[in-house]
Amino acid sequence: MIKKTYEEINAKIRAGKAVVVTAEEVISMAREKGIEETAAKVDVVTTGTFGPMCSSGAFFNLGHTKPRMRMSRVFLNGVEAYAGVAAVDVYLGATQLPETDPANTNYPGEFNYGGAHVLEDLLAGKEVLLEAESYGTDCYPRKKFEKMIRLDDIPYALLFNPRNAYQNYNVGVNLSERTIYTYMGILKPNMGNANYSTAGQLSPLLNDPFYRTIGMGTKIFLGGGVGYVSWFGTQHSPEVLRGENGVPLSPAGTLAVMGDLKQMSPQWLRGISLIGYGVSLMVGVGIPIPILDEEMLRYTAVSDEDIFANVVDYSEAAPQGTGEPLGRVSYAQLKSGEITLGDRVIPTASLSSYLKAREIAEILKEWIKSGRFLLTKPVFTLPTTNEGINYREIV
Amino acid sequence: MKQKIVLHFPSMVTEQPFTYYLIKEYNLMVNILKANINPRKEGRMVVEVSGDSKNYQDGMEYLQSRGVKISPLEQEIVWLEDRCTQCGACVIICPVGALAMDRPEMKVTFTGEKCIVCEHCLKSCPARAMEVRY
Repeated sequence: MIKKTYEEINAKIRAGKAVVVTAEEVISMAREKGIEETAAKVDVVTTGTFGPMCSSGAFFNLGHTKPRMRMSRVFLNGVEAYAGVAAVDVYLGATQLPETDPANTNYPGEFNYGGAHVLEDLLAGKEVLLEAESYGTDCYPRKKFEKMIRLDDIPYALLFNPRNAYQNYNVGVNLSERTIYTYMGILKPNMGNANYSTAGQLSPLLNDPFYRTIGMGTKIFLGGGVGYVSWFGTQHSPEVLRGENGVPLSPAGTLAVMGDLKQMSPQWLRGISLIGYGVSLMVGVGIPIPILDEEMLRYTAVSDEDIFANVVDYSEAAPQGTGEPLGRVSYAQLKSGEITLGDRVIPTASLSSYLKAREIAEILKEWIKSGRFLLTKPVFTLPTTNEGINYREIV
Repeated sequence: MKQKIVLHFPSMVTEQPFTYYLIKEYNLMVNILKANINPRKEGRMVVEVSGDSKNYQDGMEYLQSRGVKISPLEQEIVWLEDRCTQCGACVIICPVGALAMDRPEMKVTFTGEKCIVCEHCLKSCPARAMEVRY
């Protein structure tokens, strides 16, 4: 029986002796040497994912003006940030559109700019127009403020994403006769394509399916900098159907994550425009998984052949919340470029980048190997099965 | 005669008033369709030039003598690799396989020679990494 503690692993990291591999590299190691020998050798497995993660945004404290102002409406480059927090505290959501955006009135809308792009612009060092309005109070008399600002001018900027790194997701297809524009991308009629959005064998939560090592306080790669898991994410659903290897067969666990925006990079937080749908943020997340025992090694050695996703119709079943999945395919099939569903061969495309996911896992590996990134033991791990936490609908 | 052309300005000549001379000295009508001129940087301008053919030839020779390169108007799709997030959403949209996914590396590639400039990729790329140039 192999047992390692966080303290022991961190001592090896500090000494520069930790064996760190990516979730891709560990697969072939486990196949060649077996679970036990690999578990004894490997201390940390790094994961990564880089895909559209809508439930993202940032808290800002904008600093006080002279005379002071209780900002009741705030816009950054025309995109409204929620100001109902405090006088100069706001939250800018990634999916927020400028009030002038025609949205889908000229269907399919282009959605060229939104909250996610403001975040990317700030990180790129660009100037952004801050506009604030207020009704004025005795203590906060100012009613209007306008200024071009940069991220450096903002006293406090906290990336806080309520739902990131979805553990597995649907494969979207379109059974209807017309092209549809969805958050899963453009779906051509009559199952002309099948789109997916997960890094599969590299994805953080698919490598720790029951969240044995991930929870509040887990230190992670976030947006090119260092961040932390702060809670389980919205719609966290550990109770879904799982395969024999424990890996969920449909969207399951999620993470709420946070970190200082100022040390992040526009390379790993990218505003994107999903035609006909809206704006979203590509977020880079990487999580180190400590190999505490053989079981953790077995989990991290999971490969694309053993991770499955449901194929879901986005013309009817997904929007109406009805119907059964059309089938189940593995990520190995999805990544080959086509899936077979019944007698149909359907080309596939991804919205999340496997290449960049691998790059994140590599960066995190280097951080740990160089001793600059130690693992943190979570204050508590995410709710797992049989804890009464599940996704619910409002009807 | 009437011609749509692309003028390429090297950085050292962008501050010279070429359009003014084409009109004043060569009696040409110059209609600017698209321009990207920045002080002390390379510039590009798509123009429709019309007038007497002798004047047109003289005008073009004048531009070339000052270092301006002239090319016929052709559209071209450009892949901005720096902006590309390597997701691959484009590969099922491109009808000719100019945008493709290198497997198993999962790297997006763009082969300009295959591109038919249908422009479907422009708005289907979430990161807006495809651009049309003239």
